[in-house]
Amino acid sequence: MIEVQDLTKAYGPVTAVDHVSFSVNEGEILGFLGPNGAGKTTTMRILTGYLPATSGTAKIAGFDIHTDSLAARRHIGYLPEAPPLYPDMSVESYLDFVLRIKNIPADKRRARITDALEKTNIGDKRHELIKRLSRGYKQRVGLAQALVHDPLVIILDEPTVGLDPKQIIEVRHLIKNLAGTHTIILSTHILPEVSMTCDRVVIINKGKIAAIDTPQNLTTQLKGAQRIFVEAQAPEKPFQELLALIPGAGRVELSPAHNGRVTATVETAPGKDVRSLIAAKVVEKGWPLYELRGVSVSLEDIFLQLTTEDAEHSQASS
Amino acid sequence: MEMLRSLYAVYRKEMGHYFVSPVAYVVVAIFLILSGLFFIVYLREIVQASFGMPSGFDGPSQLLRAFLGNLFSILMLFLMPMVTMSLFAEERKRGTMELLMTSPIRETDIVVGKFLASLTLFAIMLLPTAAYVVFVYLHSDPTAPLRIVFAGYLGILLFGGSLIALGSFMSSLTENQIVAGVLTFGIFLVLWAIDFGTQNTESVVGQTLHYLSVINHYEDFTRGIIDTSGLVYYLSFIVFFIFLTVRSIDSLRWRRA
Repeated sequence: MIEVQDLTKAYGPVTAVDHVSFSVNEGEILGFLGPNGAGKTTTMRILTGYLPATSGTAKIAGFDIHTDSLAARRHIGYLPEAPPLYPDMSVESYLDFVLRIKNIPADKRRARITDALEKTNIGDKRHELIKRLSRGYKQRVGLAQALVHDPLVIILDEPTVGLDPKQIIEVRHLIKNLAGTHTIILSTHILPEVSMTCDRVVIINKGKIAAIDTPQNLTTQLKGAQRIFVEAQAPEKPFQELLALIPGAGRVELSPAHNGRVTATVETAPGKDVRSLIAAKVVEKGWPLYELRGVSVSLEDIFLQLTTEDAEHSQASS
Repeated sequence: MEMLRSLYAVYRKEMGHYFVSPVAYVVVAIFLILSGLFFIVYLREIVQASFGMPSGFDGPSQLLRAFLGNLFSILMLFLMPMVTMSLFAEERKRGTMELLMTSPIRETDIVVGKFLASLTLFAIMLLPTAAYVVFVYLHSDPTAPLRIVFAGYLGILLFGGSLIALGSFMSSLTENQIVAGVLTFGIFLVLWAIDFGTQNTESVVGQTLHYLSVINHYEDFTRGIIDTSGLVYYLSFIVFFIFLTVRSIDSLRWRRA
């Protein structure tokens, strides 16, 4: 449904988006995750036809967003970072205007408006002027605007900003429900949001894609280089040697703890649980074992690791 | 058909904006109060002047010329920049430009839709002044020729249209409404007075400047003459600035950081 090939956007010497490629299947929810200024908004603006790319192509529902822009834009609903609202309009007349510029015929507009108001749960504000609405309501009117014409592709730039926790849950629920019939890209810097709503995640940093996978895979991939935490009362050197000899063990980090105890973190191969093996070996040596557990990695860790590793990398190279 | 539909959508939204917000009411009210006041002043002056004049003096024509010509053009110069300054500057500031530009509509539809809406507001503003013209007709003898009225109103529409086209271009250049308004006023005034000082010279430069001045063709209209060169001048002025506005809106895609 969405095909992005080698997309690059440069503002003079600054490259905001750097050779980004990905694709989104029909009915999928793709999350854009990255720190502020990573290039999320720029990428979305290119996908919606607001900005031209410096090089590379993007296709929406088979139409090139640059060469066949009007046809591509017909299939897009877009909520920019700041909802594009006309304060002097009522919610209903605003949505009616949006439907008109999206070329929806008159006989369908009423039903679409009612449907969008229902989905975003703002039916009670239908005749209210937009300028009189609270921030949370405005955000939801913006959301209604993005889906009112029932587009194939919905692109949401930080859709839950400005909402209270209850509304955030509602919006996530709404996005989940939209998937399947709509293809959705959303950006956020809130990690749980991604793991809760998205089928796949693109982690983007400094204009480049740092990782792209399902939230589960991303978590297990690193959890995959599973780490095991061991605390025992043992002499440091033999303890380290023993741990290093465990099949599949990688790096062993040792740090002395109080009372003559030692703690170690062992990286092991993915998919193999060696905790019982470690326990057996340690006990065999007669060292008292105090703690043994797998260290779980959250999306937050992955995110930090991917984005800071990169920073260190570029710092080292520059 | 589809293109007209999106153009109409923009037009309809703009008209709604004018009449939901106080903009239209304030501008129309101020225009009508001022034109009413000046009509009385002109009427008195011309009635008084006509007493000492020989019998050939055409008071009604003089009155209409002063009213449709001098007065309207000056009021337009002050009022219309305040209407046009928000056309695009406000959309850019509010971020709604992003909605328009990611919707399946052409820049031309946006620009022409907005232009026509401003022109309609302008026409609505002029409409009540027909009452004065009718008044002159009912109470003067001999009456002024009708062509002065028709040509005069056509002239003011073309003159106002040019001002609106220039104003929409200025508004597309900046996010700041005040800047857009002041630029429109200033540039239009320069185009108005461009031949000052060369009015009586027969040189090519003088004649060229005379042709370029945005007010001279309008004066022909208020004499009851629909001159092709005036029509061509105003229509090309309008088309030129609408074209520039479309290009300017399109270039936002490249400029926006």
